[in-house]
Amino acid sequence: MFTYDPVLFSRILTELTLTFHIIYATIGVGVPLMIAIAQWVGIRKKDEHYILLARRWTRGFVITVAVGVVTGTAIGLQLSLLWPNFMNLAGQVISLPLFMETFAFFFEAIFLGIYLYTWDRFNDQKKHFLLLIPVAIGSSASALFITIVNAFMNTPQGFELKNGVITNIQPLVAMFTPAMPTKVAHVLTTAYMTSAFVLASIAAYHLFKGNRHPYHKKALHLTMKAALIFSLATIVVGDLSGKFLAKYQPEKLAAAEWHFETSTYAPLVLFGTLDDNKEVKNAIKIPYALSILAYNRPGAEVTGLNDIPKEEQPPLYIHYLFNLMVLIGIWLTVIAALYWAGMKKGLAFTMKKSFLMQLVLSGPLAMLAIEIGWYFTEVGRQPWILRGYMKTAEAATKSAHVDTLLVVFSLLYVVLGIASVVVLTKMFRNNPVERELEERALNQGGVSS
Amino acid sequence: MTLEIVGISVLWLFLFGYIIVASIDFGAGFFSAYSEIANKKHVIHQVIQRYLSPVWEVTNVFLVFFFVGMVGFFPKTAYYYGTILLVPASISIILLAIRGSYYAFSTYGIKDNKAYMFLYGMTGVFIPASLSIVLTISEGGFVRMDGGEPALLYKQLFVSPFTWSVVLLSLTSVLYISANFLTYYANAAGDDRARDLLRKYALVWSGPTILSALVIIYQLKHHNAEHYTKMMDVSWMFVVSFLFFVLSLYLLIKKRYFGWSFISLVLQYAFAFYAYGISHYPYLLYPYLTIYDSFTNRTMAVALVIAFIAGLFLLVPSLFLLLKLFLFDKKYVKGQV
Ligand code: HDD
Ligand code: HEM
Ligand code: HEM
Repeated sequence: MFTYDPVLFSRILTELTLTFHIIYATIGVGVPLMIAIAQWVGIRKKDEHYILLARRWTRGFVITVAVGVVTGTAIGLQLSLLWPNFMNLAGQVISLPLFMETFAFFFEAIFLGIYLYTWDRFNDQKKHFLLLIPVAIGSSASALFITIVNAFMNTPQGFELKNGVITNIQPLVAMFTPAMPTKVAHVLTTAYMTSAFVLASIAAYHLFKGNRHPYHKKALHLTMKAALIFSLATIVVGDLSGKFLAKYQPEKLAAAEWHFETSTYAPLVLFGTLDDNKEVKNAIKIPYALSILAYNRPGAEVTGLNDIPKEEQPPLYIHYLFNLMVLIGIWLTVIAALYWAGMKKGLAFTMKKSFLMQLVLSGPLAMLAIEIGWYFTEVGRQPWILRGYMKTAEAATKSAHVDTLLVVFSLLYVVLGIASVVVLTKMFRNNPVERELEERALNQGGVSS
Repeated sequence: MTLEIVGISVLWLFLFGYIIVASIDFGAGFFSAYSEIANKKHVIHQVIQRYLSPVWEVTNVFLVFFFVGMVGFFPKTAYYYGTILLVPASISIILLAIRGSYYAFSTYGIKDNKAYMFLYGMTGVFIPASLSIVLTISEGGFVRMDGGEPALLYKQLFVSPFTWSVVLLSLTSVLYISANFLTYYANAAGDDRARDLLRKYALVWSGPTILSALVIIYQLKHHNAEHYTKMMDVSWMFVVSFLFFVLSLYLLIKKRYFGWSFISLVLQYAFAFYAYGISHYPYLLYPYLTIYDSFTNRTMAVALVIAFIAGLFLLVPSLFLLLKLFLFDKKYVKGQV
C-alpha cells in the first residue's frame, strides 16, 4: 500500500520551502530598489510624501526580510540535509558562488540594520540614503549568486566526471555557464517588476477604496512608472531566455511548446489539450512564432521532443506554466502602459474603479508569475538535478523521518505566512498615512501637505 | 600551512564568532523572558530592544557562513553530516525560525504577547542545546555505517551522559556569556538597576560553566580516549583559558572595568575553543571523516580562500561601522537617539 519514499518527500519539502522562500526573497531583492527610488525622488523634490513612502515601505520590508532570512536559512541547510549526494558532488564545483552569497548576506544585513535604526540620526537625508545603496546591492548580489548556482544545475560545465570522480575543476567556468546571463537577468528584472507591482497594488487599493489623498496618487504613479520599465525589460529578457533554451536546453522548450517533431517554420502553441496520440487539440496556433522566439527567423529549425530520449523528457504540463507566465507578463505590461498613457494624456479612466481593480490585482498576479516561472524552469529540468550528470532521484537523502519533517515545516510556513500578513496589515491599519503626515508636520514645525 | 588547515581555521574562527554573538543574543532573550515572567519586567527589555534588534540578522549570517563554508571546503561533510543531522538540524531550523520572526513581529503589534515572549525566551536555551549536539556527534560513537550510509543512533545519543554534559555546558555558557556582556552594556547605558541584576546573573552562572567544562573533559577520557590524549598535549591552553576566567570573574566581583571583564571572557572561551578544535584535528567526524579525505580540490580551495580575503575587505569595515553606531556610540546606548 503505502511505502515511505524519501525522494518523494525530499522533493515536496524542497519545493515547499522554495515556494515559500521565493515570495519573500523576491520582495527582498526588489523592494530596497523601490525604497531607494522613493527616497531619492523625495530628496530631489524636497517632497515629504516620497520620504514617508520610503519610510513606510521600509517598515513593512523589515518583516518580509525577517521571514526571508528564516526561510533562507532553512533552505540553505535543507540543501545538505535533503540532497547530500548532490551537494557532495556539486559542492566541489559550485561552492564558490554559494560562499560569495554569504558575503552578500553579510553586507546587506549589516547595512540594513544600520539603515533601519538611523532614520532620524542624520540631519542630512542624503547621508541616510547612502546607507541604502549597500542594502540594494547586497540583496541583488545574493540573487545573482544563487541564480548562478541554479544556472549551473541547468547547464553544468567547468569540470570532468569520470567514474564518479570529479577532475579538472574550473570554478569560474562553472559560474559563467550558458544559462547564467539570461537567468540572472530574468530573475533580477522580474524581482524588480514584481516588487513595483506589489507596491502599486497597495497604493491602488487605497485609491480604489475612495481615499484620494495625493500621497497615494504619488505612490501609484511612481510604482507604475517603475513597473512599466521593468515589465518591458522582462519581456526582452524573457525572449532571450527562450533563445537560450532553444540552443542549450531544447527539451525544456520543446516540452513547454508541445513541439514534438523537429521542424522549420514552427508555430507557437497556446494552451490546448493533448489526446492519446500526442496530437494537440483546441489550441491557438500562431504560425512561425516558435521559430521566431527561438532563433528570430521564421525558417529556423526547432528541435522537437521526439528527438529526446523518452526517459529524459520533462513532464508535459509545463506547457501551461509557460503559457501562463508569458500571458501574465504581457497583460501586466499592457496595463502598465495603459496607465502611463492615461496619465500622460490626462485621461480619467486611470482613476476609474474598474481599472484600479486591475492594478490592485497586478501585484498578486506578478507574484504568481514568479512562482509559475520557477515551477516551469525547475520541473522542465526534470528528471535531472544536474542536467546530464545526476538524476534527482539519485541525489536525495535516504534517511527516515522526511515525511514527519514535511508536516512540521508545512505548519511552520503556515504560521509564518499568516503571522506576517496579520502583522503587516495591523501595522499599517493602526498607523494611517494621514495621521503620520500630520505628526511629522507638527514635529518639524513646518507645513507639508 | 596546508590548504586544509587554512580552510578549517577560517571556519573555526567564524564558528567562534557565532558562538559569542549568538550566546549574547540567546541569553538576552532568555533573561528578558524570565524577567517578564518574574515581574522584573523592562529592566532588561530596553537593552534588548536597543542592542539586539539591529544585529540579529548579522548574527544569523555567521551561522549561514559557517555551514556554507563547511560544504564549500569539505563537500563530503554535506554527505555525512547532511544525512545524519536531518532531524537535529531541522529542529534547530524551526527554533531559529521562531526566534527570527520574533524580532520582526514583536517590534510591531504583538509586543506584549506573553506566549510568544515565552517561546522566544525558551528558544534561547533550546537552540544552543540542539546545535551543541553536532559537537557531541563529531566525537564519534553515535554513528553507524549501514552499507556505506551513515545513520544516527538516536537512542545511544539520547542516553549518553556525555551528550547531556555538552548540552549543560552550552546552556550555562550562553547564560554566562550574555549576562557578562549585558552587564557591560547596561553599565555603558548608565542603567544601574539593570547592570546590578545582570551582574548577579553572571556571577550565578560563572561556577556552573566551569564545572560542566571540567565534567566534559573527564567524560571525554572514557568516550574518546584519542581525543582526550591530544587534548592533554595542549593542556597549557586550558590553563590560560582558566586564568582569563579568573580575571574576568575578579573584575566582575570588584564591579570594575566591565569591558575588560568581557574581553577576558572572550579570551577564556577562545583559548578553550581553540584547544578543543586543535586537539580534534584531523577528524571532522570520529572515526570516519578527516579534513583530508573530505577536502575539496585545490583549485576550488584556492578560489574560496581568495573570495574569503576579498570578502573580508568588505566585511570588516562594515562590521566596524555597525559596532561604532550601535555599541560604542554613547548616545545610542543611552537611548538618546
Ligand atoms: C514576474 C514574473 C515573470 C514574468 C512576467 C515572466 N517571467 Fe519568465 N521566469 C520568471 C518570472 C517571470 C522567473 C521566476 O524568474 C524564472 C524562473 C527561473 C528563471 O530563471 O526565471 C522564469 C523563467 C523563464 C524561462 C526559462 C528559463 C530557463 O529555464 O533557463 C523562460 C524561457 C522565460 N521565463 C520566458 C519568459 C517570457 C518570454 C516572458 C514574457 C513576458 C516571461 N518569461 C515573463
Ligand atoms: C526559488 C524559487 C524556486 C522554486 C519555487 C523551485 C521549485 C522547484 C520545483 C517545483 C522542483 C522540482 C520539480 C519536480 O520534482 O518535478 C525543483 C527542483 C529542484 N530545485 Fe528548485 N525551485 C526554485 C529555485 C531553486 C534554486 C535557486 C535552486 C538551487 C540553488 C534550486 C534547487 C533545486 C533542487 C536541488 C531541486 C531538485 C529537487 C526537487 O526535485 O525538488 N531551486 N525546484
Ligand atoms: C532564486 C531564488 C532565490 C533568491 C532570489 C533568493 C534571495 C534571497 C534574499 C533576498 C534573501 C533575504 C536576505 C536578506 O534580506 O537578508 C534570502 C535569504 C536567504 N537565502 Fe535565498 N534566495 C533564493 C533561493 C535560495 C536558495 C535555493 C538557497 C539555498 C542555497 C537560499 C539561501 C538563503 C539563505 C541561507 C538566506 C538567509 C540569509 C541570512 O541569514 O541573512 N536562497 N535569499
